[in-house]
Amino acid sequence: MRYSGFKVIKEALTGHKGWTPAWRDPEPQSHYDIVIIGGGGHGLATAHYLAKVYGEKKIAVLEKGWIGGGNVGRNTTIVRSNYLLDGNEPFYEMSLKLWEGLEQDLNYNAMISQRGIMNLIHSDAQRDAFVRRGNAMMLNGADAEYLDLDQIKKEYPFLNFDDARFPIKGGLAQRRGGTVRHDAVAWGYARSADSHGVDIIQNCEVTGFRIENGKCLGVETSRGYIGASKVGCAVAGSSGRLMAKANMRLPIESHVLQAFVSEGLKPVLPGVITFGAGHFYVSQSDKGGLVFGGDLDGYNSYAQRGNLPVVEDVCEGGMAIMPMIGRARLLRMWGGIMDMSMDGSPIIDQTHIDGLYFNGGWCYGGFKATPASGMVFAHLLAKDEPHETATAYRFDRFKTGHMIDEKGMGNQPNLH
Amino acid sequence: MIINHPLLGPRDSAEFVYLGDASLIERPDPAAETALADFVDYAYMRENPAGSLRELWFHEAGDRSWLVVTRNTMTHEISDVQMARDVARKIGCSK
Ligand SMILES: Cc1cc2nc3c(=O)[nH]c(=O)nc-3n(C[C@H](O)[C@H](O)[C@H](O)COP(=O)(O)OP(=O)(O)OC[C@H]3O[C@@H](n4cnc5c(N)ncnc54)[C@H](O)[C@@H]3O)c2cc1C
Repeated sequence: MRYSGFKVIKEALTGHKGWTPAWRDPEPQSHYDIVIIGGGGHGLATAHYLAKVYGEKKIAVLEKGWIGGGNVGRNTTIVRSNYLLDGNEPFYEMSLKLWEGLEQDLNYNAMISQRGIMNLIHSDAQRDAFVRRGNAMMLNGADAEYLDLDQIKKEYPFLNFDDARFPIKGGLAQRRGGTVRHDAVAWGYARSADSHGVDIIQNCEVTGFRIENGKCLGVETSRGYIGASKVGCAVAGSSGRLMAKANMRLPIESHVLQAFVSEGLKPVLPGVITFGAGHFYVSQSDKGGLVFGGDLDGYNSYAQRGNLPVVEDVCEGGMAIMPMIGRARLLRMWGGIMDMSMDGSPIIDQTHIDGLYFNGGWCYGGFKATPASGMVFAHLLAKDEPHETATAYRFDRFKTGHMIDEKGMGNQPNLH
Repeated sequence: MIINHPLLGPRDSAEFVYLGDASLIERPDPAAETALADFVDYAYMRENPAGSLRELWFHEAGDRSWLVVTRNTMTHEISDVQMARDVARKIGCSK
């Protein structure tokens, strides 16, 4: 069923009796051409592009809980392509372009809002670094704009301009960045994949791999064995746990990241802003809540909840740049498990096991990557070669020294 | 989280800096034939278990000692804390 304004009016007039479920609830078949593990944004996007762009048939997405219950439904919804390094920027810019056409592609309202993102600058050295990043973005076809103090005062008059410790000196803006309704991304991709014949199988946990003579033949699940010619893993924060079942160790640690939402307010914050002297970012959802977050808790964790020291640190960051946030009451907070890689960049590659493919290491920036990640993982699964924007995301880069370390932190995952 | 420091008693985890898996104590032999592969493995590959993990914490805002903390990554419960020096000496490291 296609959604349209006409359809909404027709259903309104006829008692809303014509709506059908957005996707089927099929029983797993005994064998698929391609099985994707993980019904988050990346797994569902991969299935959508496999079926729609690469013409693959007999695809299943296996999800241990319900789709959208992982990080795709827990993030702070920011999308942008303001990266510096060659291995990253073309990939993230492709992702932003895919976001721009996503709602038409999926026939689904994902509330994509290009309200702009601005990174605040607080020192001369930081200005140099940000201007350089802006130049790198423009070289890769993205938009970037340097804002001076007067422009920022005009656009964001409520920021703390009198702070002697962290003076605001300027900003790097990307006007095409913004926010997206995260659950709608999962639902939209699921609905589209389903309409192209993909089986989305929920409450189906992968508990092991059947591997013989170096080849992956299928997966053991809580709903029985499912054979597959190719298996793609896209389980984000659970990557370590899942790949251990194939006896693989990864250059990844799992860490918890928290997010916070205030009570609903009238519109006060036009775009997304980030604090450059600490770690704090904030936007306002269409419902009115201020959505904000900051650093990881900093220790390995699979518990989807964090601890209080980070709550304090995040709130201090907010008060430092935007004192009015202190008047808002905190409504909700939660945590999600991040697959933090050793250089802060993802891995999308074949494994050493024939027929087993891996997508992970998204750190806390994987939501914005969802469309591109799906596209390039579909490309890899369909063609057995990397997509041109993802050639740097290899497993062996840690051996060959081709790390993609945007922050220059080295092999310390909690600092990326 | 409260870390029960062997010398100082219970301390807030916010006083500490986190390094990671305590296997980092066992630095490979740089003179071994397999040193390159050993160091790639040592520096970049992790067990990353969901459950009990031995890990290194540095008491930066305290006595600046390194601790080996055994903690459950599913529940954040801490079951054992030792001085990293004692752990290292036991496996034959010089310091
Ligand atoms: C608090 C927070 C804020 C964030 N903010 C941003 C942001 O502003 N911008 C941004 O770009 N990114 C952000 N991120 C990161 C982003 O959300 C993730 O990188 C991204 O969602 C990960 O990909 P995914 O959607 O496929 O993951 P998930 O939605 O976690 O999907 C993985 C799925 O795999 C399933 N699974 C796990 N194990 C198994 C198994 N054995 N069998 C079957 N299924 C399994 C899980 O149940 C889960 O549904 C944030 C994350 C958090 C937690």
